[in-house]
Amino acid sequence: MSEWPILSIITFLPLLGAFFILLIRGEEANVARNSRWVALWTSGFTFLASLMLWINFDTTTANFQFVEKAEWMPGLNVSYHMGVDGISVLFVILATFLTPICILSAWEAVQKRVKEYMIAFLVLETMMVGMFSSLDAMLFYIFFEGVLIPMFIIIGVWGGPRRVYAAFKLFLYTLLGSVLMLVALMAMYFDAGTSDIPTLMTHTFSYQAQLWMWLAFFASFAVKVPMWPVHTWLPDAHVEAPTAGSVILAGVLLKMGGYGFLRFSLPMLPLASETFAPLIFTLSIVAIIYTSLVALAQEDMKKLIAYSSVAHMGIVTVGAFTFNQHGLEGSIFQMLSHGVVSGALFLCVGVVYDRIHTREIDAYGGLVHRMPGYAVTFMFFTMASVGLPGTGGFVGEIMTLLGAFEANTWVAFFASTGLILGAAYALYLYRRIVFGALTKENLKNILDMSPREWLLFAPLIIVVFWMGIYPSSFLDIMHASVLHLVNQVETAQAAAASAAQLAAN
Amino acid sequence: MYALIVFLPLIAAIIAGLITLSGAMKTANAPAAHDDHHHGVSTSDRLSQLVTVAGVVTAAALSVAAFIDVALNGNPVTLDLFTWISSGDFTANWSLRFDTLTCVMLIVVTGVSSMVHIYSIGYMSHDPDKPRFMAYLSLFTFAMLMLVTADNLIQLFFGWEGVGLASYLLIGFWYSKPSASAAAIKAFLVNRVGDFGFALGIFAVYVLFGTVQFDTIFANAEEVSGATLVFLGHDFSALNIATFLLFIGAMGKSAQLGLHTWLPDAMEGPTPVSALIHAATMVTAGVFMVARLSPIFEYAETTLAIVTVVGATTAFFAATIGCVQNDIKRVIAYSTCSQLGYMFFACGVSAYSAGVFHLMTHGFFKALLFLSAGSVIHAMSDEQDMRKMGGIAKMVPLTFGVMVIGTLAITGVPGLAGYYSKDMIIESAFAAHTGVGTYAFWMGIIAAFMTSFYSWRLIFMTFFGAPRADERTMAHVHESPAVMTVPLLILAVGAVFAGWFAVNWFGGNYEEMLSFWNGAIFVSENHQALEHSHHVPEWVKMAPFVAMMLGLALAVLMYRLVPSLPRTLANTFNGIYRFLLNKWYFDELYNAIFVKPAFALGRGFWKAGDGALIDGVGPDGVAAACRNIARRVSALQSGFVYHYAFAMLIGIAALVSYTIWKMG
Repeated sequence: MSEWPILSIITFLPLLGAFFILLIRGEEANVARNSRWVALWTSGFTFLASLMLWINFDTTTANFQFVEKAEWMPGLNVSYHMGVDGISVLFVILATFLTPICILSAWEAVQKRVKEYMIAFLVLETMMVGMFSSLDAMLFYIFFEGVLIPMFIIIGVWGGPRRVYAAFKLFLYTLLGSVLMLVALMAMYFDAGTSDIPTLMTHTFSYQAQLWMWLAFFASFAVKVPMWPVHTWLPDAHVEAPTAGSVILAGVLLKMGGYGFLRFSLPMLPLASETFAPLIFTLSIVAIIYTSLVALAQEDMKKLIAYSSVAHMGIVTVGAFTFNQHGLEGSIFQMLSHGVVSGALFLCVGVVYDRIHTREIDAYGGLVHRMPGYAVTFMFFTMASVGLPGTGGFVGEIMTLLGAFEANTWVAFFASTGLILGAAYALYLYRRIVFGALTKENLKNILDMSPREWLLFAPLIIVVFWMGIYPSSFLDIMHASVLHLVNQVETAQAAAASAAQLAAN
Repeated sequence: MYALIVFLPLIAAIIAGLITLSGAMKTANAPAAHDDHHHGVSTSDRLSQLVTVAGVVTAAALSVAAFIDVALNGNPVTLDLFTWISSGDFTANWSLRFDTLTCVMLIVVTGVSSMVHIYSIGYMSHDPDKPRFMAYLSLFTFAMLMLVTADNLIQLFFGWEGVGLASYLLIGFWYSKPSASAAAIKAFLVNRVGDFGFALGIFAVYVLFGTVQFDTIFANAEEVSGATLVFLGHDFSALNIATFLLFIGAMGKSAQLGLHTWLPDAMEGPTPVSALIHAATMVTAGVFMVARLSPIFEYAETTLAIVTVVGATTAFFAATIGCVQNDIKRVIAYSTCSQLGYMFFACGVSAYSAGVFHLMTHGFFKALLFLSAGSVIHAMSDEQDMRKMGGIAKMVPLTFGVMVIGTLAITGVPGLAGYYSKDMIIESAFAAHTGVGTYAFWMGIIAAFMTSFYSWRLIFMTFFGAPRADERTMAHVHESPAVMTVPLLILAVGAVFAGWFAVNWFGGNYEEMLSFWNGAIFVSENHQALEHSHHVPEWVKMAPFVAMMLGLALAVLMYRLVPSLPRTLANTFNGIYRFLLNKWYFDELYNAIFVKPAFALGRGFWKAGDGALIDGVGPDGVAAACRNIARRVSALQSGFVYHYAFAMLIGIAALVSYTIWKMG
C-alpha cells in the first residue's frame, strides 16, 4: 500500500471529478444529469478509497501514517506533507462519507446551475480532506481557508432570501479569526524555523509566546466551532444554506475548530492551553445552557437545529480541554457522532422543506399521519441528538462528561444540564412538527419519503446505531494517538510545573 | 437460554415495528379519501399480536426456569456479550447478569408484561394502531430486561433510558391528542432531571472505584467508605455524595416527591401501559437500583437517611392527594406513587429485601387494579371520571370481583399479598430504632390508613350506589371479553397468594432469606432492621391492621352511609381540599419557576443576547451598534426578566471561571 499516495488520491480525486464536470457541455438537462452522476460516482469512489485508510490503519502506533512528503518551497522549508493519525483519520472518513449523501440529497432539490453546484461540492470535499490530512502548517492554512470559498459560494448562490447577508457574515467572522491564526502560524514558523506540523509538535515555545499564539488560534477555532459568543453566524448560515450545505456545515466544517484545538493548541501550546482551560470551560458551559434555551424559543426548524449544534459543540470543547483520555476521546467521538446526527437532522428538515418550502415550525404539525416513515426516521435522529444510549450521541456525551467530572466537578455539573435542556428543545420540536392532528390543508396530501430519500438515511441510521452499540470500531482507532497527546500535554505541564518549583526555590 | 429471555422481546418488537411501518406507509400512500380506517382486525394486526405475545410469554416461561436455577438452586450466571465502551481504564461491557435479585425482577417484568400483552389484544381492539402498540410494549419489555440484567452502571443506564423512551412513546401513543404529547414530553424531561443526577453519580462512582462494573465496586465498597470527594467545591463523604446523586435518578424514575409530577400525567397513555410501565415495572426501577447497589448504599448513612425521609414523605404526600382525586386512573397513579414511597423507606432502613418484596407483590396487585380499572373504563365507554360511574357491580361481576381482590391486597388484609410485604416494611421501619425510621413508621401507618380509605372510596364510587352515567352509557356496560378477564384472573391469583408463597424468602425466615438472596443484596451488620422487625411490640404489629380498618370504616361512612358527607367536608375545609385536589400545586410551581422562565430566557437570550448584543456590537457594524446600545440602555429599566438574567449569567460565568482559575 505504501507505494500508493492514498491520501493525495483521496484529496484530489474530487478535484479531478470537478474538472470532468467542467468539461461537460450540451443541453442544460443533459449537463445537469451528467454532472450529478459524475459527482456521485466521484464522491462514492472517494469514500471507498478512504475506507482503505480505515482498513489499513495501524491502531498500535500514535505516529502519522500514510505519510507523503515532497519538496514544495525548499528555500522556505515548507513542504507538501500529508499524513493521518488516530485523531484525524476518522474526520477524513466523515467528510468522504457525508459528501455523496449531500450530493444525493441535492438530486432533485437543486435545479438551477446544477453543474456549478456539483463542482462546488467536489472542490469543498478536496479542501476538507486536505485540511484534515495536512502535516504542514502552510498547507493546512491553505486548505483551512480554502474550505470557505466553496461554502461561501454554496450559501451565496443556492441559498435562501437573505443568502448574501449570511454568506458575508460567515465570511467576515471566519476571516477575522483566520487572519489572527495566520499571524500565529507565522510566529511559529519564525520561532521553530519550519512549518512542519510533527516538528512543531515537539518544539517548545516559551510560555509568553504560547499565550499569544494560543489566543490567535483560539480566535480562529472558536469561530469555527462555534463557541459562544462568536456563534451568531451559524444560525444565519444554516437558515440560508441549501440542505446539503447545512449538512456539510454542521457535519464537517464545525469540526475544523475542534480538530484545530487538538492538532495545534493542545500539543504545541500545552501550557497556554492549561492556562486558558477555565476560559474554554466557561464559554462552553455558557454555550450549552444559553444556546439550549435559545433553541427552545426558535420558530424556525433550521435555526433550532443550528443552535442545538452550538450546544453540542460546547460539550466537544469541554472534552478537548479536560486533558484526559476519556474527555479527549469523548470529544472526538462526539464530533463524529454529531457530524452524522446533525447532518441527518438537517436532511430531515430538507425532506419537508422540499415539499412545503417553509421552515416555519408552526406551518407543520401532524405529519405522522401522512409520513410514518419520516416520523420514524426523524424520531430516531431526535433521540440520537438527545443522546439516548444505544445511539452514537450517548457514547461521546457520557465519555466527555466523565472526563469533565475527573477534571472539574463544576464543569461536569453545568455541562450535564445539557442532558435535560437538549431533550427539551429536541422533543418540543419533534412534537410540533410530527405529532398532533393533521389540520393544515397543504399538508393533507404530503407524501412520505421516496426511495431516494430512504437511501440517504439508511447509511446514516446504520452508522448511528453502530456508533452507539459497538463504538469500539471507532474508539480503537483513536486510543494510541489520544494517549500520546495526553502524555505529551501532561509531560509539558509537569515539566513547566517543576521548572517553576525550581525557580521558586 | 438466558440471552433469549432478554432478546426475544426485542426481536418481537422489531418484527411488530416493521409490520407497523409497512402498514402505516401503505395507508398513508393510499388516496386521502380512504382515510376512515376500518377498525376490525387485519392479518397484520393478528400477526403482530401473535409475535409479541409469543415472544414475551416464552420469555416469561424461561424466566421461571431461570428463577428456579439461579435463585432456588443458587447458580448465578453472568453472560459477557461484547465490549461496549472502552477508553483507557474505563470499560463497560454488554453483559447479562442473572442473580437472585435479577431473577425476582424477571418474574415480575415478564409475568406482568405477558398479562398486559394478552390483555391489550382485547383492550385495544377498537384502536387502528394495534401493531404499533404491541411493538412499543415489547420494546419496553426488552429495555426493562436490559435494565434488570445489567452488569454495570452504564448498561443499567441504557435500560434506564430505554424504558424512558418506551414510556415516552406509550404515553404519547395517541399522538393526535395534545395532552398526550405534552404528558409524554413531561415524563421524559422530568426523568431526564433525575438522569442528570444519575449520570453524575455514575461519574462519581467511577472516580472512586475506577470501574463501573458491579462486582468490583461491591468488593471495594468498604475500602472506599472512608474516602472523601470534592464535588462543587465541597468535601463530601465520597459514598454519600455518589449514592445521593444516584438516588436523584431513582427519584425521577420512581416518581418520588419533587420529581413525581410526570406520573399522574402519564395516565394519558392507554391503560395497559399504566399497568405495565407506570405501576408494576418501570417505576420500580429506582427501588431495584437502590437494592442492586445496596453494597454501596450500606456505607452511606446520610443517603440512607435521605432515602428514608423522601420515601416516607412520598408515601404520605401521594396518599393525601389520592384521597380526593376523581379520575379513576389518577387515584391509582397516586396510590402507586405512595406505595413506591414504602419501598424506598424500606430500602432506607436497610430492609431492601422487604422493599423488593413489596415491589413484587405490588407489581401483581397494582397491575391487577389498573387492568381492572381499564376493564371498567372499557365497560363505561371510555369514561374515567368516577363521579360519572357507580352502580355497575352486578353488570361487570368479574371485574368487580377481581378489583375487590386487588383492593384487599393493597390495603393489607391479612393473608393477601400486600399484608405480608407492607407489614414487613412498617415493622422494619419501627425496628430500625432511628429518628428517620420512626418518622417513616408513623408516615407508613398514616399512609396505610389513607390507602385503605382511597382504595375503598374508589370501589364504592365506581361500583356501588345509584348509576351516575347517562342511559346510553349504562345500556352499553358489559363485561370484558375473556382475553381481558383471564389475565385479570391470573393476576388476582398472584395478588392473593404471592405474599404468602414468597414471604419466607424475603424476610419471614431470616436464614432462608440469606440463602435465597445468596449475596445479591448486602446488609451491613449495623443495619439489621429487618431481622429486628420480628421482635417488635405487639401494638406495632397491630397498627397497620387497625389503620386499614379505620380507613375502610371512614370510606364506608362517607361513601355508603352518609353520601352527603364528602361534599360537606370539602366545603368546610375548602382550603385543604383545594390544596389536595390541585396536587399541592406542584405543577403550578414548576411551571412558574422552571418552564416559563426557560422559554422567557430563551427568547430573551435570542433577541437581546444574540440579536441586540452580539450581532449588534459585532458584524452588523458600529453604526448599528450605537443605535442598539442606546436602545438597550433604555431597555435596562424595562423590567424584563431576561435582561437581568443575562447580566446574572455573565456574573456567574465570571465567578465560575474565577473559582476554577484559582483552584487550577
